[in-house]
Amino acid sequence: MTERSEYRQARWDVPLIFEKSRAGTTSHQYPEVEDEIRKTVGALDSLIPKAMQREKEPEIPEVSELQVIRHFTRLSQMNFSVSTGTYPLGSCTMKYNPVINDWAANLDGFAWLHPSQDVATSQGALELMWELEQWLTEITGMDAVTLQPAAGAQGEYTGVMLIREYHRCVTHECEQRNEMLIPDAAHGTNPASAAMAGYKVVVVPSSEDGLVNIDALKTAAGPKTAGLMLTNPNTIGVFEKDIEEIADIVHDAGGLLYYDGANLNAIMGITRPGDMGFDVVHMNLHKSFSTPHGGGGPGAGAVGVKDELTDFLPVPRIVRRSDGCFDWDYDYPRTIGKVHGYFGNFGMLVRAYAYIYSLGKRGIRTVAENAVLNANYVGHHVSAIPGFTMPYSKDAPRMHECVISAEDLLNETGVSAMNVAKRLLDFGVHAPTVYFPLIVPEALMIEPTETESKQELDVLISAFRDISEEAYTNPEKVKGAPYSTAVRHLDEYRAAHPKTLTLSWRMLQKQSDTEA
Amino acid sequence: MDFKHPWLPLTEDVKQEMLKSIGRNNLDELFSNIPEKFRLDRDLDIADSHTEIEVARRMQELAEKNEPADSGRVFLGDGLGMHYIPSATKSLAGRSEFVTAYTSYQPEISQGMLQTLFEYQSLMAELLGIDVVNSSMYDMASALAEAILMSVRVKKKRNLVLVPGTISPVHWRVVKTYTEPLGIDIQEIDYERKTGQMNLGDLESRLSENVAAVYLENPSYLGFIEVGVDRINELVHEANALLIAGVDIMSMGIMRPPGDYGADIVVAEGQGLGSPMSYGGPLLGVFGCIDDMKLIRQLPGRLVGMTRTSDEPFKRGFVLTLSPREQHIRREKATSNICSNQALIAVTAAIDTSLLGPAGFREIGETITYKSHYAANRLNALSDVHAPSIGDAFWKEFVVSFKGGVSAQSVHEGLLERGIHGGKILTSEFPDLGESMLISVTEIHTKDAIDELVNAINQIVNDGGGK
Repeated sequence: MTERSEYRQARWDVPLIFEKSRAGTTSHQYPEVEDEIRKTVGALDSLIPKAMQREKEPEIPEVSELQVIRHFTRLSQMNFSVSTGTYPLGSCTMKYNPVINDWAANLDGFAWLHPSQDVATSQGALELMWELEQWLTEITGMDAVTLQPAAGAQGEYTGVMLIREYHRCVTHECEQRNEMLIPDAAHGTNPASAAMAGYKVVVVPSSEDGLVNIDALKTAAGPKTAGLMLTNPNTIGVFEKDIEEIADIVHDAGGLLYYDGANLNAIMGITRPGDMGFDVVHMNLHKSFSTPHGGGGPGAGAVGVKDELTDFLPVPRIVRRSDGCFDWDYDYPRTIGKVHGYFGNFGMLVRAYAYIYSLGKRGIRTVAENAVLNANYVGHHVSAIPGFTMPYSKDAPRMHECVISAEDLLNETGVSAMNVAKRLLDFGVHAPTVYFPLIVPEALMIEPTETESKQELDVLISAFRDISEEAYTNPEKVKGAPYSTAVRHLDEYRAAHPKTLTLSWRMLQKQSDTEA
Repeated sequence: MDFKHPWLPLTEDVKQEMLKSIGRNNLDELFSNIPEKFRLDRDLDIADSHTEIEVARRMQELAEKNEPADSGRVFLGDGLGMHYIPSATKSLAGRSEFVTAYTSYQPEISQGMLQTLFEYQSLMAELLGIDVVNSSMYDMASALAEAILMSVRVKKKRNLVLVPGTISPVHWRVVKTYTEPLGIDIQEIDYERKTGQMNLGDLESRLSENVAAVYLENPSYLGFIEVGVDRINELVHEANALLIAGVDIMSMGIMRPPGDYGADIVVAEGQGLGSPMSYGGPLLGVFGCIDDMKLIRQLPGRLVGMTRTSDEPFKRGFVLTLSPREQHIRREKATSNICSNQALIAVTAAIDTSLLGPAGFREIGETITYKSHYAANRLNALSDVHAPSIGDAFWKEFVVSFKGGVSAQSVHEGLLERGIHGGKILTSEFPDLGESMLISVTEIHTKDAIDELVNAINQIVNDGGGK
């Protein structure tokens, strides 16, 4: 029996914090500067040139400490999260973010460490990063890893830059190889990252099975090819079974193979990108390795490479000296340089380390197995519900996620994937990713992850069933959703229109001035 | 053997039940698409599993191998903010409703994050005196790189950007990484050797129809205040180029905001607003621009906009907006590839800024002015020590140089022996400055700690206490 509780999100009317301001109210104070210091240095005007001093105070709110506490507590209550409920947002791997990992990252020994400190005073941080590099190298089957990129997209950019540097320094065909091959079902960051590195993007269409079209790839690959960026399992959640042939085609054309690690969660401990022939891999530590998504970030986008690319990795790199001490080494003349001011999102690296240390080799493999079982369970049962299908490679098992199409539902009832997504919110579950990948009409991309129990998956499946029934009997009800959230339909057109565009309090003030 | 772990809820029984219900015999069948030859036939060579107590012990053990800066005896800034973090900031920013959500793709159920990020955008805009701030970039280094890319998109056909000769070496490297593949030329503007000020003659001679933007820093990487900002503003705009300004956001309670001197695009490091340095990340790239659609349409990153409900009674609400700039819609034509950003650090900054208020910003700005000048003043009184050795007016950071054959490295080592961590050694990156280091003093440094630093340097330099 599936237990479902009625869901109703908190619905506070929270004014902007600016609107609560009352001149003179204080919520934080600093100690007085010692008299002796003031006497020694003199007045502020003698220290900061008058012309460079701020004339008018910044117009930020003046509120009490409790007002701040209530304001942001109420706002947090109007925000759905993994802690609140099932969050099956496809491609984002919204698994449980273990609390112990946050605790570890907040230890003073990590949180209060300055990146420019002498390495003699930061050996623990370096040891942690060094060991994490080893583990990620092993999990992906690569030869070396950099932890510097701050997010998946920056990892992609780093990886593409490594490919570019390889062609410049090794094949000496950098000018000629100006095309990056990218499947039509790829994440938007792939073409965007390639373009930032100066590449022309060549789109490779999908086959009837939703996999890379081998003939199209053969046609596209050639002397202009720098590489192929591929997600495997791909964005419909299916493993590219022809990966060996794909790798051969790209390598024979003189290109390199890039692995987008967005979907790595499904294969950890089962198979490795390095063994499949990939030359560069990025990993999203905020997906597979559980570091929290923070409402949009920070992430961490470690990049792994094969031997032929290690010379080009960003600097500095961690080295272990013969006396066992760790050090930073900047002496890599062929490096692509730096992509981050320091060493990347270290706080996320601490969490990823604690995650792997807790689960260990057996746990990491079990993560993949259970994530795959959960996705197949949901895919199987949801695609049996009237109105929903699971297009492409029907007999192939799904990996980390399943992509359901609501095309039949739309044709038969007028209820779209977006309507289904909004109605799901009323059931206390977050919506799947919608309308992606583009090759699936009315797509609902569902990634349950391994941390959801069967009971919760059953709630999710029964919500789909209820919505289907409702669509066939009372479609307007579904189209009117959501009903239980803090706000209902929002005017997105108004938000984006140049006349009503409001991106800050300052712009809002200007508009009310104009209206007045 | 059944593997049990607190984060993995499926028991063996349940797995069998689930497999049966989907018509599969075993887990292996679910991996049938993976060619046999690529299946790993062994365990991964990584750690074994550990219970929570064991994890806690291991993490504590690693943390204890570090000597963190909460001692108040570390005088490093180097672009980061070493500041006290109010308990309320820490507590609110740690609420798991913020921590464990992702980007607010479903606005109806994510108003909390959206309003908080709108407030972040608004608060940063007020501090910087600018109209629009996006909802975060990775760090100041990549924010500056993206600002340069944006300026070249806005000023089509121009592909030269001028930066100060005293730019942070790290920012320089990140900018070079991002601009090189797109053929954007970056040139350094000469600076006055004594004052550090941008050489206006050199700036003027470099300005041309090919210059898309000029970048200025205030305070500069070396701590001194750039006083020629109004003249720079005039020159840059006469040349029809954009002015990009990089500032220390913690100084905004007392220093002129960049919007005040004509900056079109502003970047800053926002980590100091409530987040610890965390060995250099996560940081917060603050990125803003003026209210001009030509610029706004070229912004990288996410933007939260205020709107209202579609139906009456119209209620205020917030959504992600102007998304057609972004990678998930525009793909290779997007303004940037950025997807995940630093939202939680932006949330933290919003909370922290709300707590500080204008009075808090003034107090922290003044306190840092007094304390950093006190440190420089006392150091400068020592023989063979000069501080600030470049510039006159400065805020928070200053260059101290050592004469009489004492190397910055030996001062650094002498300080470490005394349990003090000195500033960033500049000798190799700024050879003009001689044997020098960049000292940073904030509100967390007590007078006693500053006095100890000064006395230790005196011993090392003048009493043969060095190596």
